[in-house]
Amino acid sequence: MSKATTQALPLSAADLPAPNRLGNRVFEGLTLVSAAMIGVLFLLVVWVLVSGARMAMGVYGWSFLTNMHWNPVTDNYGALPFIYGTVVTSAIALLIAVPLSVGTAIYLTDLAPVWQRQPLTSVIEMLAAVPSVIWGLWGLFVLTPWLDAYPYTWLNKHFGSIPLFGAPFSASCLMSAGVIVAIMILPIVTSVSREILRSVPDLQREAAYGLGATRWEVTRIAVLSYARRGLMGAAVLGLGRALGETMAVTMVVGNSPKIPASLLQPGWTLASVIANQFGEASTDIQRSVLFEIGLVLVGVTILVNIGALILIKSIETPGSRRA
Amino acid sequence: MSVLAVVCALLVVLPLILVLFYLLKMGVSSLNWNFFTKLPEPAGVDGGGMANAIVGTLELMGLALVMGVPIGLLGGIYLSEYGSEKTNTWIRFGADVLNGVPSIVWGLIGFTLVVAPMGGYSAFAGGLVLACIMVPLVLRTTEEVLVLVPTSYREAGMALGIPRWKITFNIVLRTAAKGIVTGVLLALGRIAGETAPLLFTALGTTLWNTSLKDPIAALPLQIYNYAISPYPDQNRQAWAGALVLILMVFLLSASVRIVSSRRKK
Repeated sequence: MSKATTQALPLSAADLPAPNRLGNRVFEGLTLVSAAMIGVLFLLVVWVLVSGARMAMGVYGWSFLTNMHWNPVTDNYGALPFIYGTVVTSAIALLIAVPLSVGTAIYLTDLAPVWQRQPLTSVIEMLAAVPSVIWGLWGLFVLTPWLDAYPYTWLNKHFGSIPLFGAPFSASCLMSAGVIVAIMILPIVTSVSREILRSVPDLQREAAYGLGATRWEVTRIAVLSYARRGLMGAAVLGLGRALGETMAVTMVVGNSPKIPASLLQPGWTLASVIANQFGEASTDIQRSVLFEIGLVLVGVTILVNIGALILIKSIETPGSRRA
Repeated sequence: MSVLAVVCALLVVLPLILVLFYLLKMGVSSLNWNFFTKLPEPAGVDGGGMANAIVGTLELMGLALVMGVPIGLLGGIYLSEYGSEKTNTWIRFGADVLNGVPSIVWGLIGFTLVVAPMGGYSAFAGGLVLACIMVPLVLRTTEEVLVLVPTSYREAGMALGIPRWKITFNIVLRTAAKGIVTGVLLALGRIAGETAPLLFTALGTTLWNTSLKDPIAALPLQIYNYAISPYPDQNRQAWAGALVLILMVFLLSASVRIVSSRRKK
């Protein structure tokens, strides 16, 4: 205990010497166990999903992922319609959300008058706080009927010859789910993009201005290209959220286990099929199949999130502004 | 170019304005005394309320708080006070990965670990699942605020011969209390609206919950069930429920503002 006085000042809390008392040891043990719960929870997630899915994996093997049929009556289960639905809705969501979010982030960091920044940031935080089920409710009764009446009708009238926008179209469809998910990932992509843009050193901007660049050129050349990796990370993080979105999607995607030719027709996603079918699953094999869908979902989501973390970390450099 | 960025910002704000407008427009007219005091009526019968769902949501949040916060808090203390850089990196990474696990999957976990062995859907299962979602959130925010406490505070405690755990409790935690409370409130706001993890754990019911071993109603579940119901009266109540839920969530985030802006005396 008295050792500390003779040494140089400790660098961090962890370097402080701990007197060897019972209370200390018990407390440290408790905190260690709690921290280790993170690992325990992770292993539980993996173990529960793998053991739940084992039966389905044994029966269907890898063809489960490429089988496009879903028929509970004949116990013929394939995940392809849900994988397709998840990929398509997430892609639509990213196509809508990423440009809007990056635009907003540029506005917030480089263009907006100072008095607007705090209120706008608060609004984005509020947007993030709206629960999924409320987006679903609003989507079901307000957004999708409107989409159906105007944009979808227009798309179908002018581009109906392209199968992607072909008839018959309905309010509950993959496109509707994509739009709702886009709204739901706007806040996270915007706030991460904003952090990334803030971390671009001011020198970078000043140098571009010094060369006579216009404001737009500064943003494009000095800021955006510098932050490209980080912004990709923000988009990938948004993708991670989009993949797992459940309730709002369940309420507007149409819940049909088919691969529709048109984006304006009902589909289903990995997360929403679990939400919809698990409670009613009557046979062991049906439950097991849904566990395997959960396993696929978690596996993909975790990989995507790790990718995002790596991309975002890669741009965190010292000397950035307004840290 | 600037115009484009402004348009983006407006388009990002627009959904929030629209959703709040419709919640008020459709929800306020259905908010009445009955809504807060009555149990739901059977499908097809008009009237009734969401009293049990409102109480149920608060109960589930309380359960999650009791089970999740101590673990998250102690874990955060480990990271900031005891852990080595190497283990910390792994635990942080694990927490970030857990934060990314889709919430519906937590429902599967709760079903397998609690509902199946106990032989029925239960409030306990719902609370436990929400607690699992809270742990990594609270752990990360706790660590972030604890490392901001100056090391000299701890050294001062050591110099007085105070045991390490008392220093942590009485000096470090007290200094960082505001930040920790903020983190907990944010995590509560996040779980208050969770629906997917409750689908096969808490299940929902039209009755009052009297035991942790029985199913319990929750506002998000009731909103979902009423939203997809074919009965207009239930749709109407779904809007009212959504309005109450969003007010609860905003109240939590407003209290975050109040807590974090209050000056220390």
